[in-house]
Amino acid sequence: MLPKWFNEWNKANPTNVFGPAIAIGIVGSAVFVAALLVTWGNPVQTESMQTGPRGTGMSVPEYNVARTAEDPTVADYSSAPPVVPGAGAARAGDVIDNAEPLLADLTPENYERIVNAMRTWTGISVLFDGEENYQTVVARRMIQMTQNLNENWAGHVNVNGDAGVNCYTCHRGEAVPSDVWFNVTPVNENVGGWAADQNRATSMSSSTSLPSTALEVYLTDYDSQVNVHDLESRVAGVPGLDDDVHTIQKTEMTFSLMNYFSNSLGVNCVFCHNSRAFYDGAQVTPQWSTAQQGRQMVIELNQEYLIPLKDIYPAERLGPIYADAPKVGCRTCHKGYQKPLQGMNMVADWPELASTEAPVYE
Amino acid sequence: MFNIEYQNIFTQVQVQGNPEWGMDDSGEMMAERGGKPWFSTLAGWIGNAQIGPIYLGWTGMVSLATGLIWFVMVGINMLSQVGFSIPEFIRQLFWLALEPPSPEYGLSMPPLDEGGWYIIASFFLLVSVMTWLLRSYLLAAEHKMGKHVFWAFAAAVWLFLVLGLFRPVLMGSWSEAVPYGIFPHLDWTTAFSIRYGNLYYNPFHALSIVFLYGSVLLFCMHGGTILAVTRYGGDRELEQIYDRGTATERAALFWRWTMGFNATMEGIHRWAWWFAVLTPITGGIGILLTGTVVDNWFIWAQEHNFAPAYDGAYGYEDYGSYEAFIGKED
Repeated sequence: MLPKWFNEWNKANPTNVFGPAIAIGIVGSAVFVAALLVTWGNPVQTESMQTGPRGTGMSVPEYNVARTAEDPTVADYSSAPPVVPGAGAARAGDVIDNAEPLLADLTPENYERIVNAMRTWTGISVLFDGEENYQTVVARRMIQMTQNLNENWAGHVNVNGDAGVNCYTCHRGEAVPSDVWFNVTPVNENVGGWAADQNRATSMSSSTSLPSTALEVYLTDYDSQVNVHDLESRVAGVPGLDDDVHTIQKTEMTFSLMNYFSNSLGVNCVFCHNSRAFYDGAQVTPQWSTAQQGRQMVIELNQEYLIPLKDIYPAERLGPIYADAPKVGCRTCHKGYQKPLQGMNMVADWPELASTEAPVYE
Repeated sequence: MFNIEYQNIFTQVQVQGNPEWGMDDSGEMMAERGGKPWFSTLAGWIGNAQIGPIYLGWTGMVSLATGLIWFVMVGINMLSQVGFSIPEFIRQLFWLALEPPSPEYGLSMPPLDEGGWYIIASFFLLVSVMTWLLRSYLLAAEHKMGKHVFWAFAAAVWLFLVLGLFRPVLMGSWSEAVPYGIFPHLDWTTAFSIRYGNLYYNPFHALSIVFLYGSVLLFCMHGGTILAVTRYGGDRELEQIYDRGTATERAALFWRWTMGFNATMEGIHRWAWWFAVLTPITGGIGILLTGTVVDNWFIWAQEHNFAPAYDGAYGYEDYGSYEAFIGKED
């Protein structure tokens, strides 16, 4: 193919082309990659947030920096400032036919305002439309739940600036909020005991082989204890036979819950703990007690508000396996962010949802 | 420019002829050896390319049979847990496990579906591993070799027995044993460390890590050194041991000038053997002490001045503000 003189010249002048070719290839590729990184940016860029004193290695790295961008649902939020009632303002219950009793003491303007907002936030147009549908019954209870959250759980929902919650904190425009959960255990067939509840990739185990029971126990049972550690270097007893000697399996349940916490908030262990001594209350960060309180809060929400609504829902709103009521967890509000809606104040415009007392307009 | 003139990290020329059959001094060679020998070019890149024949003997047969029973028992239990659905079995394979008995059964025999299968399978695994251990002794004896390989394997078997037999018995519960499953045994490992207050503060765990990483380092140093002096005949280690040549001299000098110390052509194998053997021995001691003698290693380590204290105040309260705590105050 090549001309004869060329082949002859090559044969007469043997040269090692592979050495230089490899060298040029390596250097050239490095320059090319460096140029790409400079012009296009690092594709595996990380952000990190220090969570403890210097030298303790406490840091939350974020590999997917898109997650540090603003939560897109923040922009979709709509709100309306309250209409301060004048002297002798009308009462919604007297003016509007079939007004919702829970909101009947508001002025007609504020009644319309909050009902419209709730319809937008939840995407349910038939809320409080006079018909006694199941959505209205549920919404009545949800208003009380929201008031309870803002009134009694400020230690969690207002821990880092005034945020509070309203319907949108969970619903984000959807009739059924994302990341509600249902009972799934036992997940394995033909086995009993611990083996039935774990070793299966499920949504309730965050696709790990850890137990799928963690939320069912630790987010619904007031008496459940998450901690598994002994607080002395030696504590006698047989695991499983003595109540206060915890088992490996219970530890896996704790691990499963902690994994759910970190996925729900987009953080790692050292956001709350110093990982050298997970149990040690003297080495935790302030977020640890916020999370502790959050767990108690979620148990109350599930036990007092959500589980009792089971008989109100139609069948298609119940759990796929046990027809249980939908329940909430950290992720139902947080949606993968440290602060739901990134700390936006959700009650500033809504004194009606801030307290079980009559709203105070300013 | 980049002439790799003596490239020996892979075998450059492979010669494959009639397979080596071993001695036939009793005239009954094929009576106890099985498998038609063949050559693997892939294996030949590193070293000897010949695969087979194999001598199993009664210990090998028992070991393979009981090991297979264990393997199948674990597999059928996994299959049963997914309702005998093959697609689900494949999907969940790495997640599934045969779990040890539930904690409430202590050391008693639980029902089959709550860990009974685990006890039965574990018995077969025990027989399998112990007969394979015996096999390594008998084969060494048959070749009139030292029993070094047997003792080295016994060190690994010690760790295996601690995890699955000695420690559960001392703890009074089979539930402490390790599940048979890909991810589940890793969950167990993490949970074990968390439950007992951070295994990194267990000094025997620390020793085991030292010997494990040390083994890797020594293996790399030794392999690298010998490959580097094969051009002087250094890969004929036995000859170099009894008749030290320039290969040994250069290798020894290299390390003495590099780090002030060198192993000998013979002694390097003692270094490597002890590092390897001490990895599971110290690890096994560490596991055996956990939950039986020490229940929270971090607290133990503080009591014995093993865990370093932070310099000055640590707790959040001591910093006054969150910004100060996370080092972001200005």
